Amino acid sequence: MPYDLIIIGAGPAGITAAVYAARKKMNFLVITRDIGGQAAWSGDIENYTGYQFVTGPELVSKFEEHMRKYRIDSKEGEDVLDVEKSGDAIVVRTNRSRYEAKTVIIASGKFSRELGVPGEKEFKNKGLTYCATCDGPLFAGKDVAVIGGGNSALDAALQLVRIARKVYIINNTPRLGGDAVMKEKVETSANVTVLNDSRVTAITGSKMVGGVTVSRNGREESIAVEGIFVEIGLVPNSGFAKTVERNANGEIKISARNETNIPGIFAAGDVTDVPEKQIIIAAGEGSKAVLSAFKYISQQL
Amino acid sequence: MAKAVTVYSTPTCPFCIRAKQYLKENNIQFTDHNVGADEAKAQEMIKKSDQMGVPVIDIDGIIVVGFDKEKIKEALGL
Repeated sequence: MPYDLIIIGAGPAGITAAVYAARKKMNFLVITRDIGGQAAWSGDIENYTGYQFVTGPELVSKFEEHMRKYRIDSKEGEDVLDVEKSGDAIVVRTNRSRYEAKTVIIASGKFSRELGVPGEKEFKNKGLTYCATCDGPLFAGKDVAVIGGGNSALDAALQLVRIARKVYIINNTPRLGGDAVMKEKVETSANVTVLNDSRVTAITGSKMVGGVTVSRNGREESIAVEGIFVEIGLVPNSGFAKTVERNANGEIKISARNETNIPGIFAAGDVTDVPEKQIIIAAGEGSKAVLSAFKYISQQL
Repeated sequence: MAKAVTVYSTPTCPFCIRAKQYLKENNIQFTDHNVGADEAKAQEMIKKSDQMGVPVIDIDGIIVVGFDKEKIKEALGL
């Protein structure tokens, strides 16, 4: 018996979808790499209605608690490799198994964009990290580099100026982007050096990170740092949905009812082209997607 | 016999918070080291796990990097 619904992802969109699906008494499965998605990484949240102030981990455990109130069939730590329509069914292949459902909701969110330079994979978690909030405190008194020039890079830099000895910001555009207030704080910090028009070409080191190679003004130079914080934005986690239509940014195109170009496959939250990426919007989209999937199934009978 | 569980974490890391919450929910006693403040423990963590990401959880010598629920469960025999 195929499932009525498979939900891919358990961030705000996927968890809300699971709660709605449980209340509709659908026979469904949640497949996810982790619980909470990007919300789990968020610091302070002050714009989720009902909470004047809540941290990301707190909100996520509230979400999870709500979901677990229902008996939910879930596969955690599982990676979806492929989603495909096969006759009337939709087949979801993962690194461990194969599942079939009448409908699928893709709510797989976004993940950190990688630099794509030599040394990046080798030194991941060996001085190179995508989470300044998590790993920043390990670099107390050390020289570090933040790669990027937008708000997330500025945010990382501002966390690090209080911890590290020296913070380099390596930005590949002529000037920093992001909020004016943060930019001013960064530019007036005594231990920050901003390198604009600079492109990272390699990460170097022996066992752990020892430096970064930067190309600027037509020549390459090496900067000795022990920590590298990559903050160059996010990419939608939509690579496995090969037959689903996506826009130039890789976001899944959806209708106002969360339909994709393939009947029976719906999508919700940050992985889609929905305007604005917010926790509360993702949650709302997750509920909409289930209601659409539910309607779709009733119309198939 | 209860297993010896040591957590290496930073106070700001969301997955450290979730990992510790998970251990508490399962009534697992553990020692927590803030590697942002304790340089010696930071070195110990790097030596044990051969990397610098947090959290690192040492369960009777089995080293789990990150909040990997399945691995933690297995190591604890839950």
